[in-house]
Amino acid sequence: MSRFLPSFALSVALSLSAWSSASAQTAGGTLNLIVQPEPPTVNVGVNRLGPTTYVGNKIYEGLLTYSADLKPVPRLAESWTVSDDGLVYTFNLRRNVKWHDGEPFTAKDVVFSFEKFLPALQARSRLNLAEVKEIATPDDHTVVFTLKAAFPAFIFVHNTAVLPAHLYEGVTDFRNAEANTKFVGTGPFKFAEWKKGSFIHLVKNPDYWGDGKPYLDDIFFHVIPDANSRAIAFETGKVDVLRAGDVENFDIRRLAELDSVELTEAGWEILQPVGYIHLNNRHKPLDDLRVRQAIAHAIDRQFIIDTIFAGFGHETNGPLSRLSQFKDTAVETKYEYDPAKANALLDEAGLKPDANGVRFEVQLVPLPYGELWQRQAEYTREALAAVGITVNLVATDVPGWFKRLTSFDYDLGQNFVYTTADPAVGISYAYTTIEGDNAGTTGGNVNGYSNAEVDRLLAEAGHENDAEKRRTLYSQAQKIISAEVPQIWTHDIVFPTLYREKVRNLITSGLGTDENFADVWLAK
Amino acid sequence: MMDRLGFLTGRAARAILILFGVIVLNFVLLRVAPGDPASVLAGDQGAADPAFVEELRRDLGLDRSIPAQLWVYTKSLAQLDFGQSYREQRPVVGIIAERLPATLILTLTAFGFALAAGISLGSMAARHAGSLLDTVLTSVSVMFFAMPLFWIGLMAILLFSVWLGWLPSYGMATVGADLSGLSYVADIASHLLLPALTLGLFYMAIYMRVTRASVLDVLDRDFVRTARAKGLKPGLIWRRHVLRNALLPIITFASLQAGHLIGGSILIETVFAWPGIGRLAFDALMQRDYNLLLAIFFITSAIVVGINLVADILYVAADPRIELGA
Repeated sequence: MSRFLPSFALSVALSLSAWSSASAQTAGGTLNLIVQPEPPTVNVGVNRLGPTTYVGNKIYEGLLTYSADLKPVPRLAESWTVSDDGLVYTFNLRRNVKWHDGEPFTAKDVVFSFEKFLPALQARSRLNLAEVKEIATPDDHTVVFTLKAAFPAFIFVHNTAVLPAHLYEGVTDFRNAEANTKFVGTGPFKFAEWKKGSFIHLVKNPDYWGDGKPYLDDIFFHVIPDANSRAIAFETGKVDVLRAGDVENFDIRRLAELDSVELTEAGWEILQPVGYIHLNNRHKPLDDLRVRQAIAHAIDRQFIIDTIFAGFGHETNGPLSRLSQFKDTAVETKYEYDPAKANALLDEAGLKPDANGVRFEVQLVPLPYGELWQRQAEYTREALAAVGITVNLVATDVPGWFKRLTSFDYDLGQNFVYTTADPAVGISYAYTTIEGDNAGTTGGNVNGYSNAEVDRLLAEAGHENDAEKRRTLYSQAQKIISAEVPQIWTHDIVFPTLYREKVRNLITSGLGTDENFADVWLAK
Repeated sequence: MMDRLGFLTGRAARAILILFGVIVLNFVLLRVAPGDPASVLAGDQGAADPAFVEELRRDLGLDRSIPAQLWVYTKSLAQLDFGQSYREQRPVVGIIAERLPATLILTLTAFGFALAAGISLGSMAARHAGSLLDTVLTSVSVMFFAMPLFWIGLMAILLFSVWLGWLPSYGMATVGADLSGLSYVADIASHLLLPALTLGLFYMAIYMRVTRASVLDVLDRDFVRTARAKGLKPGLIWRRHVLRNALLPIITFASLQAGHLIGGSILIETVFAWPGIGRLAFDALMQRDYNLLLAIFFITSAIVVGINLVADILYVAADPRIELGA
């Protein structure tokens, strides 16, 4: 009895505290965020720019979302099965879901989005659709995708938004459809107002399918174009969250010291960003492996992480992020910072210094996305000058940068890329030449790298249903790519998020702040 | 009367010619610059093959030659159709109409303040030329002229918003406040104060310098000496003889500066998150949103041309020796 009592008391106390923490998720309040740059639309079916998905993912939902350990989590699909041969994906849809205009959500919407709307506007969705043999809807709440061949990455394409088919009846030109600006989704927040240049306002969806959710009454996305002004808005309490790129890294440490401000590095498990210096493998002398290796040895990547990116970032020596399920550091070649070795390799490649100590000249196109990339470009110029490579920095804006990289009109070019949760729907594209150049965008194979063995390995790995075999194939590909350094992987990027301590459940999945915020609540 | 009409038609014809020149020049310059909307739109996708980019280019009519594109554009412009924004997929006129009022409020307030303060302080400095007051005023004006606009803006935010907490640091109205009537006006005014003063201080410094120099020059003229000799009251001499004559170079300067003012507002709109067309233009340039950008150029040029027309008329009012049509 005497033993029982304390344990009974303890269990009561525990359940009480569990109850109180559950009930502590108080409803109400306004969350103030920053969206920058201001997106052209918040319809995530139209484009997938960072700012568009940040706002749009609160309005639109996909069939699934993904946990931080990359497990699929139910969203518009309540449950799903994948056949043993990996060919048939059956999704059972939620039954009590309504579009924001009151119409019921059904399997028809899923088919319309996957088969018609998204492929018309998004190149990535075309690639996904190309894997599908047939989409069937045995009833209003079941969608069955039958694939042409096993494609395990298929589970990772279902956080793409589903769009309301009923708004597009009779429409053929999806890019210019008027319905694109109606912003009707199924998500926890409804579109309320967009004062261009000032703010975007979303309000709670009272008919949301998630019981008792969302907790917030509304969300304002403030448009503040200047990084200093954004920092001030956070400091003065006008906004509650600062995301990657809202302020420069050197300001983050200072802001993190403020009272009741929290910093987290979580929430990038799905996007997996990696920093690059592209090397144009089609230009001499960068087509010579020894020259690429020399460049890799000449750049102190730890310096880039510690000094330029204020300590946010990790070393990486291959195409995959540390967050990837297939990352195999054991097979990667690490090119240590070693200018003497760089010099030796350049000598060996026959690139002797002239009277001024210059071996050859290259043009570097910096990433026009803010101060830090410019500093990295300046550092690269100094580092390569030390081994006799003259680097000329080319000033461009974003369209000019796109143009140069995608038309191979550059020698060295900076970039950062979301390598994403599965290489087969992400980064494989950037190292293969199976379907030609793959250089239509800066996320493609703009290195102009081509290796038949890598092409074969990555294509096979994408369509291998056996998890272990798949892992082996990706390891083999990583081994070759890492050794051949078609580009420099400067750092595995850490994008910290700063938020006021009163904001709870801000990051609940691998999508981080791109989640739908149904779970976010404000402590009083 | 005929003279006046002839003058106005001549000026209007010249204005239209200038605007046409602005459009053609910018049309060509924009298309010559590396990168086009198709590459930006494709870049938004993260994955696109060259065929996808070509398809986009065809959809946007960018696969045609520059003269052919210019011809299509001019034809629709003749019908006052400025076209659609590639990015927002809606008519550019609507987009500009949303943003133009904010820029006008900001620049007109700044302009009014700069003129009023510049002329008063400049006259004051001239009247007390060589005194301590003159030295202080002149030094302050040099300081405001020398400091970059964005820096003055940031310092003003630091002082008035962060340290003193008196004024809001960004935006045109309190987001989510849902105000109306007088309190709405007061809210906008409190948001307007810092950006308008920051933009205005720079131009005030210029007008002050010009006024001071111009007044000093006029004060030395024979007719002023004559007026004094006639025993006219100093106030009258000041108003009728000195200030009126000294105003001419200020009008010239102010009309020339009008274009700069709109240009300067891009910086101020960025620092203070003021939702005007300066920032819209910057974003449109970054996205190569050709139609939107050209329409903004057209409208801002029209404003500058209009202001210069008004200045021409004001000359006549200020100096009877200048005749219309001259």
